[in-house]
Amino acid sequence: MAGHDHDHHHHHDHDHGHGSELSETQLRVRALETILTEKGYVDPKALDAIVEAYETRIGPHNGAKAVAKAWADPDYKKALLADATKAVGSLGFASRVGDHLVAVENTPKLHNMIVCTLCSCYPWEVLGLPPTWYKSAPYRSRTVIDPRGVLKDFGVTLPADTEVRVWDSTAETRFIVLPMRPAGTEGWSEEKLAELVTRDSMIGTGLPKPPGAAS
Amino acid sequence: MNGIHDMGGMEGFGPVKPEPNEPPFHSAWEGRALAMNRALGYAKIWNIDKSRAKIEEMPPHEYLTKTYYEKWAQRLEQLLIEYGYLGTDEMKAGRSLRPGKPVPRFLPAAEVNKALSRGTYSREPTRPARFKTGDRVRTKNIHPHTHTRLPRYARDKVGVVECVRGFHVFPDSVAIGAGENPQWLYTVLFDAGELWGDAADPKSKVSIEAWDPYLEPA
Repeated sequence: MAGHDHDHHHHHDHDHGHGSELSETQLRVRALETILTEKGYVDPKALDAIVEAYETRIGPHNGAKAVAKAWADPDYKKALLADATKAVGSLGFASRVGDHLVAVENTPKLHNMIVCTLCSCYPWEVLGLPPTWYKSAPYRSRTVIDPRGVLKDFGVTLPADTEVRVWDSTAETRFIVLPMRPAGTEGWSEEKLAELVTRDSMIGTGLPKPPGAAS
Repeated sequence: MNGIHDMGGMEGFGPVKPEPNEPPFHSAWEGRALAMNRALGYAKIWNIDKSRAKIEEMPPHEYLTKTYYEKWAQRLEQLLIEYGYLGTDEMKAGRSLRPGKPVPRFLPAAEVNKALSRGTYSREPTRPARFKTGDRVRTKNIHPHTHTRLPRYARDKVGVVECVRGFHVFPDSVAIGAGENPQWLYTVLFDAGELWGDAADPKSKVSIEAWDPYLEPA
């Protein structure tokens, strides 16, 4: 981290001595919570519940469930691609999906990747909080101009004739990639299939695990 | 605004570095910062585009060096100050110095699930869509000084309408307090060559979600 002593809109930062950036931020966030609680703007128990939800209930396991179901059930796959909001809504996750979820399907000829070049828009309800790299300058800058180069950073090389399609999430539309079902998984249950679905495979920066990798 | 946040197509930031088994939060304060942002977002004092705009207004060197949640924490503080809910003297003191203003929609712990669910941004259409799937469109060469969701790399480019998404709240308007001013929203698909020239990957395409005012017929 670079230092932050060069520009502050507020003026108390140095009251805390010359602690690390992290501890300064820590103190500031703690002060903010104290004040907002005292002023009656937030309930600390509600904040606890929000943190707890993102640490436990809202994560890529939700998206993986939808993908595995689409792999196992052709009718559900059709429904998911037609209206992901509705199809995912039927699975009853903790965080109800907004109205604008879209599932995009990978095929041998087409590989989809999701990015938000302007901020960090991400389908939280199905994938949880975005990983740091998704929010980082390298990913946000390069994905639209050099998607295959970005895939290389993830160790993914696609056939030269596979088209790469990048979806820039510039509106409230949220995208989830429906990756290709790995070969050798015929007859697998949805639960077993879900173990192959990685978070990155639903962003388009990875592929599902091969069947041998299932736990 | 033509800010540092508009990163599509820039180079020099280095490789993407995924972190194996990344936890939801790297430190407890990150969770608190996120949760306060969600609770106050639910409060409806401002809207999501206003809060995005607040981060975009950050000086570029700060934007690039602060972490994601540092920016969120700072943004929250600044919005609360701007809307008169918090004083700089209170941040300095580390405690409340006067009673709070009423919050339009308070979030009690029992109703947290409501704040975890996304709202809808589509509105009842008041006019038919100007474009349909398959139409060729050119994005406008606009450079507003305020919030916009038309990225620089996709301005003055010809693409094809792939999907009509609906009639949606218009960020350029709602972010500056000029009302929701809903507009038709489209997915517009571009060949990489149209965006990046002859050196572009010929087997690559990029789409943006574009509101009607960003587009003209091509």
